[in-house]
Amino acid sequence: MVDMAELSAMHGSQASAQRMKKRRSAELRLQIYGILAITLAGAALVALLWSVVFKAAGALTETYVTLPVTLSAQELDPDGTGDPAVIGRADYGGFVKDLLKETFPSVTDRKARREMYDVVSAGAGFELRSKLQDDPSLIGEQIDYPFLASDVTDLYLKGSFGRLLPQPHSGNLSVIPSEDGKTAQILTSSNDFAAALSKVKLELIDQARGLRRQAAMQDAGVREFERRAANATSDEVRTENANQAISRATERDRLIALAEELEGRAASAGGTEQLTRTAPTVLVRVDQGWVKLTEINATGGVGRVVLPIEQTDALPADDWKMYLTDLPENARKISDNQIVLIEDLMARGAVETVFNTRFFSAGDSREPELAGLWGAIVGSFWTMLVTFLLAFPIGVGAAIYLEEFAPKNKLTDFIEVNINNLAAVPSIVFGLLGLAVFLGFFGVPRSSPLAGGIVLALMTLPTIIIASRAAIRAVPPSIRDAALGIGASRLQTSFHHVLPLAMPGILTGTIIGMAQALGETAPLIMIGMVAFIVDIPTGVTDSATVLPVQVFRWSDFPERAFEARTAAAICVLLVFLVIMNALAVFLRKRFERRW
Amino acid sequence: MTNMRMTDQDLSTRDTKIEARDVHVFYGDNEAINGVDVDILDKTVTAFIGPSGCGKSTFLRCLNRMNDTIPICRVTGDIKIDGGDIYDKSIDPVQLRAKVGMVFQKPNPFPKSIYDNIAYGPRIHGLVASKSDLDDVVEASLRKASIWEEVKDRLDAPGTGLSGGQQQRLCIARAIATAPEVLLMDEPCSALDPIATAKIEELIDDLRQDFSVVIVTHSMQQAARVSQKTAFFHLGDLVEYGETQKIFTNPEDKRTQDYITGRFG
Amino acid sequence: MLGIATLLILGIAMAFLVLSRNRAVALAGGQLSALHSRPSYHGLYSFLWASLVGVGVLLVLSLAGGYFMQATLMAQIAGLMPDAPQIERELVLSDAAALSSGGIPSRVDEVREAVAARFGTLEAVRLWGSALLAIAAALGTGYYTYLQVSTTWRARNRSERIVRLILLVAAVIAVLTTLGIVLSLIFETLNFFNNIGWRIDKFLFGTRWSPLSGVHSGEMDPDKVGAIPLFVGTFLITLIAMLVAVPIGLFAAIYLADFASPRVRAWAKPMLEILAGVPTVVYGFFAAITVAPFIRGTGESLGLSVASESALAAGVVMGIMIIPFISSLSDDVINAVPQSLRDGSYGLGATKAETIRQVVLPAALPGIVSAVLLGISRAVGETMIVVMAAGQGANLTVNPLEAVTTVTVQIVMLITGDTEAAVAAGPAFTLGFTLFCVTLALNVVALRIVRKYRELYD
Repeated sequence: MVDMAELSAMHGSQASAQRMKKRRSAELRLQIYGILAITLAGAALVALLWSVVFKAAGALTETYVTLPVTLSAQELDPDGTGDPAVIGRADYGGFVKDLLKETFPSVTDRKARREMYDVVSAGAGFELRSKLQDDPSLIGEQIDYPFLASDVTDLYLKGSFGRLLPQPHSGNLSVIPSEDGKTAQILTSSNDFAAALSKVKLELIDQARGLRRQAAMQDAGVREFERRAANATSDEVRTENANQAISRATERDRLIALAEELEGRAASAGGTEQLTRTAPTVLVRVDQGWVKLTEINATGGVGRVVLPIEQTDALPADDWKMYLTDLPENARKISDNQIVLIEDLMARGAVETVFNTRFFSAGDSREPELAGLWGAIVGSFWTMLVTFLLAFPIGVGAAIYLEEFAPKNKLTDFIEVNINNLAAVPSIVFGLLGLAVFLGFFGVPRSSPLAGGIVLALMTLPTIIIASRAAIRAVPPSIRDAALGIGASRLQTSFHHVLPLAMPGILTGTIIGMAQALGETAPLIMIGMVAFIVDIPTGVTDSATVLPVQVFRWSDFPERAFEARTAAAICVLLVFLVIMNALAVFLRKRFERRW
Repeated sequence: MTNMRMTDQDLSTRDTKIEARDVHVFYGDNEAINGVDVDILDKTVTAFIGPSGCGKSTFLRCLNRMNDTIPICRVTGDIKIDGGDIYDKSIDPVQLRAKVGMVFQKPNPFPKSIYDNIAYGPRIHGLVASKSDLDDVVEASLRKASIWEEVKDRLDAPGTGLSGGQQQRLCIARAIATAPEVLLMDEPCSALDPIATAKIEELIDDLRQDFSVVIVTHSMQQAARVSQKTAFFHLGDLVEYGETQKIFTNPEDKRTQDYITGRFG
Repeated sequence: MLGIATLLILGIAMAFLVLSRNRAVALAGGQLSALHSRPSYHGLYSFLWASLVGVGVLLVLSLAGGYFMQATLMAQIAGLMPDAPQIERELVLSDAAALSSGGIPSRVDEVREAVAARFGTLEAVRLWGSALLAIAAALGTGYYTYLQVSTTWRARNRSERIVRLILLVAAVIAVLTTLGIVLSLIFETLNFFNNIGWRIDKFLFGTRWSPLSGVHSGEMDPDKVGAIPLFVGTFLITLIAMLVAVPIGLFAAIYLADFASPRVRAWAKPMLEILAGVPTVVYGFFAAITVAPFIRGTGESLGLSVASESALAAGVVMGIMIIPFISSLSDDVINAVPQSLRDGSYGLGATKAETIRQVVLPAALPGIVSAVLLGISRAVGETMIVVMAAGQGANLTVNPLEAVTTVTVQIVMLITGDTEAAVAAGPAFTLGFTLFCVTLALNVVALRIVRKYRELYD
């Protein structure tokens, strides 16, 4: 038997103190896990919001290229009718292209021209058209008109494709154009291009490394086929495998030779290198003229003239500039030609970046620079309106019935279980319900806010019912007794006394339910609200999309500029949600009543 | 029961176990205890009586620093056990509570087996090294709490399945198993029926042989039955403290007399 | 047209409200107590009957008319083009509808124009007929209730009965919704099983999923509808999500319930609520644009090959989404453990950590288990994160660095894909039905555990 008195003596002993230390550190550990967990959750939230807000910044501004334009009457309204319909028929796309051709007469190559047209948005012509339709008196005038820049231009100006890095140089430059003026030789008096050359060589080492990796894979193949050949049971198989091994060995040797050659070039100082699309771009600029080097050595090289250079002889270091790009041409969506044109337009002061009001006022578009969120906002409004008009009365009615009138029977129990389970049915299943029942059976128009609103209402219903019941239950029975005691019917009691007192709680629950509905995406995709809809919906039966679905659609587009717009759309959605939740918190705080 | 009652001489030979001087307790800005001095003897049952809200439970919870678990509660003054200040910075309240066990108003067995309920304390404090020692401690504690005979065949059954009185004795056994020197009991019978109460009272009288027992009670009869010393609290003050017999037969303070005679309560 | 009719009916009902009330006032002759019911109840009674009957007639007639029209026109089309398949006949019908309402049909030909002409007539008859009849019904009912007004007429009791009936209908809508879900899912599911020759085993245990490849009509190849890759993918992503969410959520809940100061709680709880309020499409964007490239980059720098739509990225982000769910439910159950148990443990000299590990958590375990079950049900049914960040090809693997697809992704792909709706609906609704059953089972079990647990401490 253990002596309890002896055990008592252990409290406060050395051993107990030792043990205590361990127990305290176990406690500390648990606390640290807790703090870590909360920190991780917080970090995730911050990362999420930061990545959204950071990316959204790009959609806040848009870029215009302002060019002087002669609105020739012959081209746009030959008969001088001033009739918007006639004006609308002119070819504005061609008009803008012609204007660009005039602006950069030296760009004549087909591919270069196509790239040039892409500097301004495809929608720029349409905008000019509607401006002239609104104000035909402008025709025949010469005005400075801001053409909306394309997404590529806009992104370049925002630094998404890397920057042009001015390079230090000290020598005098001479440019020797070829006879057709399409290429030119560049020469400096000092080794100004040596730094750029070594950068290009770094690229070679990279390439060589890639080649060696491929060679290693081929080598593994050689060994595998040799093994198979050795294990083969028939001559036929053996020969085939041996042949495979040989062809792989050849390929391996070729790759290694290439790699060695590249490494050799990289290792040797000086020399001349070709600049391919994988190499950084080297640009030389003299006033308005630009040359893009295709071949580089320490003192210059040969280049393609992008914009003609006027002055060619012995330019002092201050009169010319040299640039390198962050990214090689194949790693960005913008070509070297476009960069040169944009830089030139900027030098002319024709490029202007302004706040992007279009994003908040336009409908959807396939062109990122034209795309706006207004259609989705309006669509969300109509959808939420339908949701509210259905879910609120039905939800409150159901709550009143269940709390105030429902007899305690099987049916009531069944309804309750149903509501609880509905609250946890995946949203996509509601979408399938909408698709099968409301679209398929009742013939509600596809993609319409009406269909979306009905589906979201059914989804929100459990939330509203549960919150309303809690609010009604919180009204003390004494109020009901008082009303019943003076001869009110039960219905009068409920509607005149209980409901008004429960209303703040009901509204809070409704707003929270509506906020959930506003952020819901999956069920709406099921009923076709994911379609491409340009027009702003004017009613609940028009085709429409909603904010979260717009986010989903844009996030799916390959154009890089949509990334910023997606993030901005998320911000708008979050702002609406914050407002709704703040309203709910306010209601709760303002009307909270303790009985 | 009263044949066990000690004589005056017996009491005077007891050592002082707990010594409290000028103890104040604040809940936020409210002062719940305003300067209490009291000496609690070893191997004695001391009863704290008084009307509800008088601070007797609050003072009891100071003795094992249970008040530390309430964030807004603040204690000043000196409380010494065996001469050591229990509010000293070097004292870990966790270790203190192992020495000063506590039984609560409502039986609160853990949702575990009877065995695990009792073994909980010895295990966390590392009191025993082997399983057989632990078995011994469990048995000894259950015996001491006079519940061994009732539960010895179902030590693996959940403690929550016992009756209220059994649960409370289980909780007492659980406190005993930690091998405390002082046992604090906060109205241990208030949730029990009279038969269970009688059993617990009997048990408290037995416990006196090994522990210094402090019991808070609403019932003056209970205080008279089980305690040797009684302290009467009123509105946060210790009004009168002395031998139980004297307090109940010949109180010095008018308030004590009023309370004893049932003028308020 | 129907909208205007509805407004008219409501207007008529309002008119009878006023009429009946005035009649009641007149009958009372200045002595309102002579009436059994106050005048406004007489008005309400008229209003309720007139509007309910009117709107009801309108709904029934226009719907029934729609079906009748569809049947007649399909019969006409069948007569005009007896060899055409059903699909083409339906196309003709929708073109005819577009033609007659001024929309843009896919093609214009004689058949379509003929059907369009008939469509126009029938549609006009349907709309005008149902509108006029409904208005007449509203007028008739209103007038009848108007005549019923008398001093002894129990208008209040009767209108209250109607209102209670309306409230009951509102409550029953939840049941109807469930019924609608089950029926619509089951119908297509049975259809699908019929199309694969009732090889349900092939659906549940097959490992090859490409239900639409080479399918033009309803018949499907039972060897291509094996949903195992989908189930495994869903399971994998759910598992990753729970591995993230359960420890973080649970530790956060423990810390908030038993350690955190009120100040920490004051900002940590709203933070978790914000995390819970972020729409899933935003999580999807975060997973696709930020987390997936990050995991891919990290993996590649470690020399691992990571798919750009790895299960890990989708799973981790889904886990983040579920953290607040687990933490708030666990917080509730941890707080529901009575303080007396904690006191008992502290009174024995246990530290907070020991109390939590050995007393609070075992006591709260049922609640925590049900929170985890509800979390799993969430993860299984979650759509947007996986649609945006998980793979689309049915790839049978348990490697979290590879792309897997899930049940929900396949539903979205089938429904939004190019394949004709009638064909794609089969597998999509069958997957939806499977999803519904699994989440329903999880919920029922979780709710039952919670209820048991509540009984324990109430």
